[in-house]
Amino acid sequence: MSVKVRVPTPLRRFTAGVDEVAADGDSVKAVLEDLERRHPGMRERLLDEKGDLRRFVNIYLNGDDIRFLSQLDSKVKDGDDISIVPAIAGGH
Amino acid sequence: MATISQSSPRLPADISTEIVPAPRANSVLELIGNTPLLEITRVTEGFLRAGVRIFAKIEGFNPGGSVKDRAARKMIEIGLARGDLRPGKVILDSTSGNTGIALAMVGAALGYRVEIVMPANVSRERKKIIEAFGAKPIYSDPLEGSDGAIVLCRKIIAQTPDRYFKPDQYNNEANPLAHFESTGPEIWRQTRGQITHFVATVGTSGTIMGTGRFLKSRDHKIKVIGVEPDDPMHGLEGLKHMASSIVPGIYHEDELDDKIQVGTEDAYEMVYALGQIEGILVGQSSGAAMVAALKVALRLREGCVVTIFPDFGDKYLSTNLWIGWQQWRRERLRLLLSKWNESASATT
Repeated sequence: MSVKVRVPTPLRRFTAGVDEVAADGDSVKAVLEDLERRHPGMRERLLDEKGDLRRFVNIYLNGDDIRFLSQLDSKVKDGDDISIVPAIAGGH
Repeated sequence: MATISQSSPRLPADISTEIVPAPRANSVLELIGNTPLLEITRVTEGFLRAGVRIFAKIEGFNPGGSVKDRAARKMIEIGLARGDLRPGKVILDSTSGNTGIALAMVGAALGYRVEIVMPANVSRERKKIIEAFGAKPIYSDPLEGSDGAIVLCRKIIAQTPDRYFKPDQYNNEANPLAHFESTGPEIWRQTRGQITHFVATVGTSGTIMGTGRFLKSRDHKIKVIGVEPDDPMHGLEGLKHMASSIVPGIYHEDELDDKIQVGTEDAYEMVYALGQIEGILVGQSSGAAMVAALKVALRLREGCVVTIFPDFGDKYLSTNLWIGWQQWRRERLRLLLSKWNESASATT
């Protein structure tokens, strides 16, 4: 599955400044692992040492917060949109 | 680090009796400032040396609920005095939240329309408070953070520049001036000149620049220490990671004696600790300020460390700050303090 991932400003140093990148995987977790392979350094910013999503990171799958879906196990389909949004300005 | 005067830094026990709220005001604007200074004792218990104390200025007591009331009032006052803000003009600025609330409140009190540009992911409490003051929120792309709001605000003004008065908190010297004239003198008075270290989070940098300047004008040995997130990807609302951000025009890093970086998760845990152990519920920037103040205090043999708690925590109850807090245990605080204590010992 190939998905589009929208990258927030603070993570664009890992994507050579690009705000949207492609990644593969059948779940959000798999997509994040692929992102790390393609853009090393991103994983640590998104996941904690236990592999859980950091509290201040929101991930939206086609506009829905994955915390209200199946978290990192949420399934993704070809062509889905994933947005990574820092909770720097608060709520979800 | 600073050496402190020969006299004991301990303050009189009756320090709080000095703070007398104004019994009557003609405008809500007169209620801004003169916030209390609270000694933080319970979360630090057993870790600080006997001659070291930490105080926090509780800015949530401002009528708009945050330290930003001070800068908002001063920027509007000076705008009016210079004729830049006149009847018919709209007050417009970009903010991640608290300045928006402060401007909305000041605008309402003075009869001016206010429009606020902020990232769409600010907490819903903030959006509602801003609207409740009659101001109009304009949302910018959440992926672009607070810098995205700055850029959108510039675009809106460029379209009809005559319509707006932009306080421009990032570049307006009235912002640090507000703190030079109020926050600094209040701290000096409240500590009876015994302050040795001033620790404050850096967003626009108005608080640390203005307060720091005043304090150093009274005693050049006072150390002024800025607090910033430890990574560009962080969740500390209101704080800027300077190296990766649009640097505010009012920010002069050379005026700081030191900078301390704080991790988002440490700051969040400190918010839980302050609520459950100290009995004061604050926002994440206060958590970051307390982490940094503690790291400074742990390095000292004697000293009076003052920090700023920019607001209370009620505006953040719907935010990520509270994800997983039920799993937090008091032992976590002891572990963190022990870790910081070890690294403090290593550097002293």
